[in-house]
Amino acid sequence: MLRDITLGQYYQTESVIHRLDPRVKLAGTVIFIISLFCFDKGWGYIGAAIFLAIVIKLSKVPFKFMIKGMRSIMFILMITVVFNLFLTPGEVVVSFWKLQITKEGIRIAAFMVIRLAMLLIGSSVMTLTTTPNNLTDGMEKAMRPLKVLRLPVHEIAMMMSIALRFIPILMEETDKIMKAQLARGADFESGNIFKKAKAMVPLLVPLFISAFRRANDLAMAMEARCYRGGNGRTKMKPLVYKKRDAIAYLVLFAYLAGSIAVDKLLW
Amino acid sequence: MAIILDHVSHVYGGDTTLSVKALNDINLVIPDGQFIGLIGHTGSGKSTLVQHLNGLLKATSGSIYFNGQDIDDKDYNRKELRSKVGLVFQYPEHQLFESDVFSDVCFGPKNLGLSKKETELRAYDALRKVGLPEECFYQSPFDLSGGQKRRVAIAGVLAMKPEVLILDEPTAGLDPKGREEILEQIVKLREESGITIILVSHSMEDVAEYVDRILVMNHGEVMYDDVPREVFKHYKELESVGLAAPQVTYIMHKLKAAGLGVDENATTISEACEEISKVLL
Repeated sequence: MLRDITLGQYYQTESVIHRLDPRVKLAGTVIFIISLFCFDKGWGYIGAAIFLAIVIKLSKVPFKFMIKGMRSIMFILMITVVFNLFLTPGEVVVSFWKLQITKEGIRIAAFMVIRLAMLLIGSSVMTLTTTPNNLTDGMEKAMRPLKVLRLPVHEIAMMMSIALRFIPILMEETDKIMKAQLARGADFESGNIFKKAKAMVPLLVPLFISAFRRANDLAMAMEARCYRGGNGRTKMKPLVYKKRDAIAYLVLFAYLAGSIAVDKLLW
Repeated sequence: MAIILDHVSHVYGGDTTLSVKALNDINLVIPDGQFIGLIGHTGSGKSTLVQHLNGLLKATSGSIYFNGQDIDDKDYNRKELRSKVGLVFQYPEHQLFESDVFSDVCFGPKNLGLSKKETELRAYDALRKVGLPEECFYQSPFDLSGGQKRRVAIAGVLAMKPEVLILDEPTAGLDPKGREEILEQIVKLREESGITIILVSHSMEDVAEYVDRILVMNHGEVMYDDVPREVFKHYKELESVGLAAPQVTYIMHKLKAAGLGVDENATTISEACEEISKVLL
């Protein structure tokens, strides 16, 4: 049940996208998202879709697997559609009762769905092809200049990698506790919302306790191995840009420029 | 009146690159009142198997029958199944959540929709059965020792009065004393109520002395299914799959090899004692 959420998960396989430097993938995701919000006609989205399709193909992650994780987000997507559809003022197309659908509303709603869907798929390509450790390593290195501003870059990266590392563990734990309580006749599914909320207590209390226990154990283990923050800490596998990363950067900027040009120049 | 497994297989992570076949074509009959030891190396599929028995996991293929009914039937009452087949998970103390021991044990029977009086009677009875001292009943479960917590968790399942009790590594992480106490309670429980017990373990020592039948699992398949004495005859094969026969078996085999006329198939310490004294005295 919980395993179905693939957002933020890593999909293990061997591909060019997997091998890219995490900084390239981070920058790529940001560029892709920026491009999505630059378009104001349909053409740009076609370009973005083609680009995304190529990247997904190269990443060798099954598209079905990617979509599976999006089901839970569909709901949020639907809400934005409904709000945009009914609450945008403009030229009325259909109206019934107190609601009216406008031409502008349809346009904005359609754009919103495409943008958000592509944004989600685009960022899940990054998380699916980058191990959490690699990802935070990349972030740490990309954010290093901010150290001048006395931002604790290493600590933030460490917190993030621990948080990411604990997602699957806590999910597994949730699954286990859920099963244990189901075995004792617990019912998480039936009843109204209050009953359901109350049914969560036997799940959440043990989960919190175990999260604290794990946090405590981890802190101990880190101290026992003389962890003392980022100063003077070296990496076992330092990130180094390779030729393919340079090519990837070029491709990215070509995409950004190309797709915006197409969007602005075509009518 | 039994549990029957008919060609049961289970695959984790169906369509991903990480798909793992955890159970492969398991056929079993578990008659009423039997005391079974389910043994296997880590990852051999024993925990997966027991989760099928109370319907927490659905078999990828094959069917499971409890008392003659297919538990995968749409209109089968799975909640009732879970009360009949009590499953105590590994480290069951991690599931405790109530503010005192007694209310935690009440959780199971309360979910069955029993009256308050019946619920409390059952909880009290279950806590007595696992041998928890009465002064602990109204303490916070988090103030108890590891062994005591575990007993509370076992009581939480016992309070549902299951016909089949499955214990997944009930002695993991306990010291030798706690280990022995838990095992003794389980044996006592079986003598008193005659329920079917399945004891999952990776330690032969734990089970050799008590069980009627041993199931050895390896790579999702049942490797041996026999009485302990017969299973331990294969001690060399057991070693090759990361298990070991009880130490007694090794001693008896060595004695035999050294020319002493003992029966090398003695499985428990007391049997071995008898054999050796028979030869020597």
